[in-house]
Amino acid sequence: MENSEVDKGRRRFLIGATSVVGAAGAAAAATPFLISWNPSERAKAAGAPVEVNLSKVQEGQLVRVIWRKKPIWIVNRTEEMLANLPSNDNLLKDPESGVADQQPSYAQNPTRTREGKEKYLVLIGICTHLGCSPTFRPELAPADLGAEWKGGWYCPCHGSRFDLAGRVFKNVPAPTNLVVPVYSYKDENTVVIGLDENGEAV
Amino acid sequence: MRKQLITLATVLLLPTSLMANSSAHLESANIDLHNHASLQNGAKYFMNYCQGCHNLSAARYNRMATDIGLPVVPEKTGKTGDEAGKVADANAKLVAENLVFTKDEEGKPTNLGSLMHSAIPAKDAAKWFGAPAPDLSLVGRSRGADWIYTYLKSFYLDPKRPTGVNNTVFPNVGMPHILWELQGWQELEGHGEHDGHEAKTLKLTKPGKMSAAEYDIVVRDLTNFLTYTSEPAQLHRKKYGVFAMILLSIFIVLAYFLKKEFWKDIH
Amino acid sequence: MQGFLNWIDARFPLTKVWNEHLAEYYAPKNFNFWYYFGSLALVVLVIQIISGIFLTMHYKPDVSMAFASVEYIMRDVPGGWFIRYMHSTGASAFFIVVYLHMFRGLIYGSYKGPRELVWLIGMAIYLALMAEAFMGYLLPWGQMSFWGAQVIINLFNTVPVIGADLSTWIRGDFVIADATLNRLFALHVAALPLVLVMLVFVHIVALHVVGSNNPDGVEIKKLKDENGIPLDGIPFHPYYSVKDIVGVGVFLMVFFAILFFAPEMGGYFLEHANFEPANPLKTPEHIAPVWYFTPFYTVLRAVTVSPFAGTLAMFGAIVAILLLPWIDRNPIKSWRYRNKVHTINVLIFALVFIVLGYLGVKPVIPVLKELGIRMTEIYFMFFMVLWIHSKPGKAKYMMWFLILAGTVIAIDLFRYNPEAGDDAGQIVWQWIFPIGYLVLTLLLPMVKSFNAEKVVPKRVTS
Repeated sequence: MENSEVDKGRRRFLIGATSVVGAAGAAAAATPFLISWNPSERAKAAGAPVEVNLSKVQEGQLVRVIWRKKPIWIVNRTEEMLANLPSNDNLLKDPESGVADQQPSYAQNPTRTREGKEKYLVLIGICTHLGCSPTFRPELAPADLGAEWKGGWYCPCHGSRFDLAGRVFKNVPAPTNLVVPVYSYKDENTVVIGLDENGEAV
Repeated sequence: MRKQLITLATVLLLPTSLMANSSAHLESANIDLHNHASLQNGAKYFMNYCQGCHNLSAARYNRMATDIGLPVVPEKTGKTGDEAGKVADANAKLVAENLVFTKDEEGKPTNLGSLMHSAIPAKDAAKWFGAPAPDLSLVGRSRGADWIYTYLKSFYLDPKRPTGVNNTVFPNVGMPHILWELQGWQELEGHGEHDGHEAKTLKLTKPGKMSAAEYDIVVRDLTNFLTYTSEPAQLHRKKYGVFAMILLSIFIVLAYFLKKEFWKDIH
Repeated sequence: MQGFLNWIDARFPLTKVWNEHLAEYYAPKNFNFWYYFGSLALVVLVIQIISGIFLTMHYKPDVSMAFASVEYIMRDVPGGWFIRYMHSTGASAFFIVVYLHMFRGLIYGSYKGPRELVWLIGMAIYLALMAEAFMGYLLPWGQMSFWGAQVIINLFNTVPVIGADLSTWIRGDFVIADATLNRLFALHVAALPLVLVMLVFVHIVALHVVGSNNPDGVEIKKLKDENGIPLDGIPFHPYYSVKDIVGVGVFLMVFFAILFFAPEMGGYFLEHANFEPANPLKTPEHIAPVWYFTPFYTVLRAVTVSPFAGTLAMFGAIVAILLLPWIDRNPIKSWRYRNKVHTINVLIFALVFIVLGYLGVKPVIPVLKELGIRMTEIYFMFFMVLWIHSKPGKAKYMMWFLILAGTVIAIDLFRYNPEAGDDAGQIVWQWIFPIGYLVLTLLLPMVKSFNAEKVVPKRVTS
């Protein structure tokens, strides 16, 4: 069977070429299987932007809505709450909201809201540590959270703390501020979660 | 014996469908799935005349709009940047105004991502008509385009039926002649034979708003739309097929030479 | 690399397995076209398992959701239509490949010793495959799914005494219902695939012990060189691996042509009526099983003495194939060296199998019903004739001709029932089929040139 005239180069070329074309075909055939794990049209339809009427949200109240199966918090912050925010700054990891992925550019400001609507904080209610949903603790200096506490969220899973702009405190497990979703105002009293001037959220 | 063998051969070669129902001869629908104008016209007639009772519960408005040439997502418009968004928005508005007549539970117009349900709930339909009208999502595959086309043209007046009409393709059908305004009324003229089938001939006795030719176009567009809806993937799958054929041809040629190269060893 | 391999080999016989089953597994060098279908069956098995796993991720085995979930896969799941068509086309492709693989075994006598177990395991694979296909067909929950399952499960009704309880037990309800769908789903996606994969493994292990047959029916292990390597053998790898790759390419070309251009295959791969959701109150006008079951379905319909007899005949038709190694005792394996009437017999059998399959998708009208009976008769007589052909030199052809022709006529007299509307003319003229078959296979060998066997060569020919 050993044949001295075997053209090794030709064999190597043919093996290589067949393998490359075969691999390309396998990759093409694998594509539909891989993309089938992406959200389906049904999931996307269910994840369409959500409209929320703000006129019934009282001062100091938090309302929860569901968008893309995630809890969305909307807080109508009182003047006092807004006034207390800067006093937290030196206790926070990222007081300036420097991590760009945690909010759209229009919310990269001290109140983490759109301009002119500073009272209404919109957040995705999922802890940036391991995905629990933190508890709303708006009261001032409760016994369990200490005298420094000016209102915010406390995560029951691993003790992460966030202030009333969703900014994370130092020395807690959560690495970053709570996420502000893409949102916009349809009119004075209607906020649309998941939609802004750049279109629907990705 | 020879005659019998010939008969047997004929029976064996007859298409199964023809023997299954000794029904009427079907006209060719002659549709074009890539004709956007026809699909859009079909969609319009479906939403106006059929959706009152029939669901298309497997299909979504946004996908349908994009496939019939009114893309509502910027990426599918073929444009870039701001213009894509503008085109998509304009299409979405057009579709919402002209094709979406249903309301969601809150009474707002149905979202474009929703499935195309009929205007009346199935429970009520069953109460009013005895049975809910069938879902038409797959009628293009279960019945076929020619059947839909001929069926919609084959209603005739029959006082014995509760609806006042009957159909030569679907005898004793429960559905009334919804498109009568357009077609007018036909009456049964006589029995004849066509290609060995019993064929009832119909005659238009009271013309509708449209001429026979115009009505044919409406029915053809409706058939086109329903055929598209039964399998949206058919618009693209042949394109992928061509790619697969080319790739496999190259693979086979290479593999063949590889085999030949190795088999030089074998004597 | 070598170091790593040594590390593995010290813990798992990787190199040993590779050599024993590929690099140093010697296969006859004269494999022809018919020898592609074994590797192709493996390819289809892989296609079915992968596409099946992905379908399971989106499908809902619940009567209120099953039908819609299939359409959800077809429309809403990205790439879903491709995966679904892959699975539906794969189901039919599996049977095409397996039927051709079995036909290869028939013409080259691959079921004969020492390969009886390979054949039996293969038949077990075939039975498991039929069960797998039947259960899978219920899952889309269309009209044909429902009524097909209804008819097949009601076959168990025909079993005497326990029949009714048995079919209710299988369904878990009084008709095909949610419980039935759920249990058939579990069997389809978990139990039977496991059984199939294990059987395929055992099939290959058994084959590699006895070695492959070939178109000459020569045992290549009988003639070895000084190193113990069969003179007519070549290593499976690389020679047959590169050859099978060409076969896989051609197969995939046909497979994808169907998938992309005609996934319904004219209503044979995906039946039109199955695009309507299951409706327990309305049977479709024309109900036929999927094409790969239709030969046996025709046998079922042809035997009308009693429903149980029909069921027995249907299973008998499969058992007869299973018993081939003991029915055909002729020592010559390949049809190349057997007498001409053997070739005629095998070809007629293949044709009859196709006609039986074709009749299964046709509605029952008198002429076709009679043809179904005649084809069923030939189907079973084939195994008798094969047995008679075992010793062509000594066979009493005239005696067997008279016995079998007499049996056919006796059955006709027994079954003729004018009250049931049987047409005597139809029965009489269609005698041509069974009698013609017997003339060709039992009277023709009395002409010497049709009965002569050839000498089997010692070495493979080409």
